[in-house]
Amino acid sequence: MKLQWIAQAEQETQRFGRLLAEQLRSGDVVALIGDLGTGKTALTKAVAAGLGVSEMITSPTFTILCEYHSGRLPLYHFDVYRTGDPDELFEIGFEEYLFGDGVCIVEWADLVPDLMPSNCIFVRIAYGQEESQRKYELMLPQDRAWSFDELQPQEK
Amino acid sequence: MKDGQFITMGIESSCDETAVAVVAEGRTVLSNIISSQIDVHKVFGGVVPEIASRHHLQNIGSVYQQALDAAGITIEDVDAIGVTCGPGLVGALLIGLAHAKAVAFATGKPLVGVHHIQGHISANYLSSPELAPPFLALVVSGGHTHIIDVKEYNRFEVLGQTRDDAVGEAFDKVARVLGLGYPGGPLIDALAKKGNPQAIEFPRVYLEKDSLDFSFSGIKTGVLNYLNGKRQKGLSVCEADVAASFQQAVMEVIVAKTMTAAVSRRQKRIVVAGGVAANSRLRELLGQACRERDIAMYCPPPILCTDNGAMIACAAYYKYQAGMINDFTLDAHPGLPLQMQEKAC
Repeated sequence: MKLQWIAQAEQETQRFGRLLAEQLRSGDVVALIGDLGTGKTALTKAVAAGLGVSEMITSPTFTILCEYHSGRLPLYHFDVYRTGDPDELFEIGFEEYLFGDGVCIVEWADLVPDLMPSNCIFVRIAYGQEESQRKYELMLPQDRAWSFDELQPQEK
Repeated sequence: MKDGQFITMGIESSCDETAVAVVAEGRTVLSNIISSQIDVHKVFGGVVPEIASRHHLQNIGSVYQQALDAAGITIEDVDAIGVTCGPGLVGALLIGLAHAKAVAFATGKPLVGVHHIQGHISANYLSSPELAPPFLALVVSGGHTHIIDVKEYNRFEVLGQTRDDAVGEAFDKVARVLGLGYPGGPLIDALAKKGNPQAIEFPRVYLEKDSLDFSFSGIKTGVLNYLNGKRQKGLSVCEADVAASFQQAVMEVIVAKTMTAAVSRRQKRIVVAGGVAANSRLRELLGQACRERDIAMYCPPPILCTDNGAMIACAAYYKYQAGMINDFTLDAHPGLPLQMQEKAC
């Protein structure tokens, strides 16, 4: 299932993040794809809030991975931008997190396509016409029932 | 002991640098060896964790021996071994930790885990012999942006920190979009000197009233929007003006919040630490603000601003004096908060 819509302002990103969080379950992997500044970490913050994470979510660019354990499910937040080679991620135990007990959100997942599991949830974010606009595209695994009606997306 | 002086070794491997140093009486640097991987990372435009780990592993043995040789001592002269246990890249931290533990185990010397930020703050004790807590610390680097009330050598209260990107990270990302290279801090600083800091009005993000937290994600997006806007209209961009205006916006916010913290805590001393402490505009603006309010500003020389072992040795000395010694269960904590340092390391 592929959904598309345009978020007019950051509040809509917040709402999407919370809706996504409600429907996530352990073992889920969210692949976040979008240029610098499109709001990948901002969306992750919204998902974390939806999961009930109480810690401050900061950019994982420096440490590659930040873990949060205070929410409904453990949250593993990756930024793989700086890892050029899939082998490097393998070395830091990436696969153990992917099939683990929590939810993985992977920023710049398009740089390591071979490492992303086949049933992962793809979220693409692009700049819109206006500075505050963001175009969202959500690709969901077929075997899952999802509800994003509130966002009034267009199915493709 | 060497000539009646307490000798501390400090081992640091949390990110780019493999560093080992030897410090006497907590304050006098006898040696400070730093093997940087910046050249390797330049090729990749950032810190690559597996490469970082591999280079730490290749370097640690020789850096350790060089530190001892340059200090004119043997390991038998060392009284305590300090090592960074977090935060940082886990694979990188583990190399320094494993080395420190092995040496401590083989020699029976006490092992002291050190929080990386406590290390950065302690760098100021090495460059300013008269400095002692309490004071206010501003820690600004690639991975950290913190305003800290330093109450005692081992007691800290974090007053503010970044909610998204660290300041050094914002510099790296803006340098990336300007095509300048890595690390972004010194490159933007150099380019900014040729530009007009008032040319472009990038957003200053102060968050809620009274908040001492930072957010640098918005200004990064502000720079991107500006560049995209110019590109779409086919207009040329003065990169020096972008660098200068970006740097000005970031540093204005940092200086304003630091001064607010100093005034509210009635601190008459501000200590700056971390890699971004080398930024010339920050030094100018903060120095000026401090002079206006009769506050003393401390800032270590660049060699002690970057990640180094001497700052870890200094911090370890004060932890050892307070009886804060670790056993061999000491582990790497990639996301260790400063408040937790007493429990975790």
